[in-house]
Amino acid sequence: MDAKDILGLPKTPLSITQEKKSRPQKDSQRKPDGISREVYALTGGVAPLMPSIDVSQLKRRPPSDEKITWQWLPFTSSARKDNLQLYHWVRVVNGVPPTGDYSFAKYNKSVDVIRYTDEEYEKHLTDPKWTKEETDQLFDLCERFDLRFIIIADRFPTPRTVEELKDRYYSVSRTILVARAPSPGEVAGHPLVKEPYNVTQEIERKRALSMVLSQTKHQERKDAEVLAEAKRIAESRMAARAAEEPDLPIASDIGPESAERAVGPGDTISPSNVQVPAPAAAPSTSLRVYLRTYALEQMVQAASSSAGLRTIKRVEQTLQDLEVNLKPKVPTKAVCAEHLELRKEILTLLNLQKQLQYKEAEGSSFRDGSYGDMPGSAKRSQRAADQDRTFVLDTISFGVIPGDRGVKREQKRKGPGRASETSSSPAGAHKRPRKMKASDL
Amino acid sequence: MFFFCMIIVQKKMKDVEISVPIVYGNAAFWLGKKASEYQSHKWTVYVRGATNEDLSVVVKRAVFQLHSSFNNPTRIVESAPFELTESGWGEFEIAITLFFHNYVCEKPLNLYHHLKLYPEDESGPMSTKKPVVVESYDEVVFTEPSESFLARVQNHPAVTFPRLPAGFTLPPPVPQDESKRKRGDTKDHPLSQWFLNFSEADELLQLAAARQQVQTHIAKLRRQISLTDGQNQPFKSL
Repeated sequence: MDAKDILGLPKTPLSITQEKKSRPQKDSQRKPDGISREVYALTGGVAPLMPSIDVSQLKRRPPSDEKITWQWLPFTSSARKDNLQLYHWVRVVNGVPPTGDYSFAKYNKSVDVIRYTDEEYEKHLTDPKWTKEETDQLFDLCERFDLRFIIIADRFPTPRTVEELKDRYYSVSRTILVARAPSPGEVAGHPLVKEPYNVTQEIERKRALSMVLSQTKHQERKDAEVLAEAKRIAESRMAARAAEEPDLPIASDIGPESAERAVGPGDTISPSNVQVPAPAAAPSTSLRVYLRTYALEQMVQAASSSAGLRTIKRVEQTLQDLEVNLKPKVPTKAVCAEHLELRKEILTLLNLQKQLQYKEAEGSSFRDGSYGDMPGSAKRSQRAADQDRTFVLDTISFGVIPGDRGVKREQKRKGPGRASETSSSPAGAHKRPRKMKASDL
Repeated sequence: MFFFCMIIVQKKMKDVEISVPIVYGNAAFWLGKKASEYQSHKWTVYVRGATNEDLSVVVKRAVFQLHSSFNNPTRIVESAPFELTESGWGEFEIAITLFFHNYVCEKPLNLYHHLKLYPEDESGPMSTKKPVVVESYDEVVFTEPSESFLARVQNHPAVTFPRLPAGFTLPPPVPQDESKRKRGDTKDHPLSQWFLNFSEADELLQLAAARQQVQTHIAKLRRQISLTDGQNQPFKSL
C-alpha cells in the first residue's frame, strides 16, 4: 500500500520519464537565439508570446550601398572672424567629404545696434546726465553683449541702473533713426519709434512685480480671497444696481489702499461701473443675513484652524477655568468680539507655554551634558515637563477655584498612567514643581 | 486689481450693518391632574425681541417645524407675537424659519431650539404654576442694508441701528398707521413674567477679567522665556 496509490498519483519511474519528455521542450523554448544568455535575461528572460524585438534582427544592419568612412578633417566657420582652423570627425560618403559651412554657424545671430557718428552726437544726442564717453561705452557693450542689459549693467564702468541704461540706449537709437530718416512717416512703423521706452513705467512695473513675487503664501491667499470677494461683490452690485435708486451717493475718489496696490499708470479705473443706468423698479434688499452666534463660531474655527485638537481642548479647558462660557450667553457684537480676542490670547498663552517647555528641556539637557543622547532624554523630560506645565496652570490660580473642583481636576490628570512622575501627588501640585532632569528618569 | 478699488468706493455702505437682538425658546407647563399620557405638558415656543419689542418691522412670518408626529407639523405664524402653543409629552428639536420683509432681506434665516418640558432637577416636584423655561439670546445681523430698510427701521426700538457714514442722509420714514396694527410686542405677554433677562454687562465684565488674567500670565511667560534664553545662550555657542 503505497501512499502514492492512495493519493492516486502515478508511480515514480513513470513520472521521471514524463519529466524527461517535457524538459527538452522547455529547453528549446528557453534557448536564446543570437544574443548571449545574460543579455537575454536582461530583457526579461523567456521570450514573450509576441516578441517585441525581433531577436534575429538585432545584430544585423541594413545593407547600404554607400561606402561610409569617418575622417578627422579641418574646418572653418563663417561665424568666426579670425580664420581659426579646427578639426573634427566628418562622415565621408564614398570618399566625398560634406560641403557647406559649419552647421552651427547659422545660429550666430546678433543685434543691429545703430552706431552714431560724432557729428550726430553733437547735433542730437547730448544729454546733461550722460557724457559722450559713457554713451560710447554703453553702445560698445550693447553691441558686444547683444543688448543683454543685465550683463551690460554689470560691466558698465560707472554705476547705472538697468532702467537708466535702457532709457539712454533706446532714446539715442530712436533719435538717430528719426534724424536719419528722410521723412518721419517712413520710420513711424519701426518698433523703436512706435513704442518708446518709458522709464517710470518700467520702474513701477518692476517694483510691483517684485512685490507680487515676494508675497508670502499667507498674503497670496488673502489676496485671492479679497479678489474673489471683490468679484462677487462687484457682480452682485451690478445686479443690484439695475434696480437701485438713482440718487445713491457714491464717491469716486480712490482710497489710500488702492494707491498702494496700483500696478502702474497704464491701468485706468473705469467709473462706468459706478453709474446707475435706470431708475428703481423694486427696492433692493440686504444681501446677507446671519446669526451672530453662527458668525462667531466661524471666526473661532478660523482662528484655531492652525491648532490641533488637543490645543483646542486646552483652550476650552482654560475658558472653563476662567469661568467664561464656551459659547457666550449674551452674544452681542461687543461680547463676541471680546470672546474672540480672549480665545486668541489663550492660544498665544498655550504656545508660549510650549515654547518655554521646550527651552527648559533644552536647557536641562545642556546642563546635564547629555547633549549626545538628546533626542531620547529630551523627549522624556519634555513629557515630564508637560505634566509639570499642567500643574503650573493650577498653581497660578485663575480666579477663585473652590477646593473640590481642584481635586477633581488633578484626579483627571493622573489618568494617563505616569506612575513614575514624582510630582503627580496632590500635595506636589501646590509646590512649585521642580524641573525634571534627564537623570531622574 | 481694479476690483479692489471698487471695494474702497463701496466701503462706506459695506461697513453698515443692522442687528436685531432676539430671544427664542419655550415655556412649558406641566398639566398636573389634567395631564394624560400623550398630553402631559402645555408648551409655547416663541421668538421675541430681546427687549420685548415688536419684531414685525423686520419679520414677515415665522414658520415652526414640529415633530412629524404632530398634525400639520409645519405651523406658519403670520404676525407678531411669533409664537406657537401646543400640548404633548415629548422633547424634540424645533426648526424655526424667519422670513423677512422684502425691503429687509430675501433670504430666510433658520433657528433651532430644543424643546424642553422637564426640569433639570429631576428630583424636585413638578409644578403646574411654574413653567420650565429655556431661552437663547442671539442677534440677527443684516449686512449691506438697503436705504429703504434703513429708513423703515430708524428709531425703531426693536432694532440696533448702526452709525451711518458721514454725510449720509436717509429719506424720511413712511408714516405707519398705528391704529390698524395689532400690538406685536411682548411686553405684556402672559408669559412675560417668566422671560429671562439677558444683560451683556455681566458677560463683558467676566470676559474683561479673564482677558486681564491671561494677559498677565502671557507677560510672565515672556519674561521666563527670555530668562531661559539667557541661561541657554552660553551652551548654544558650542
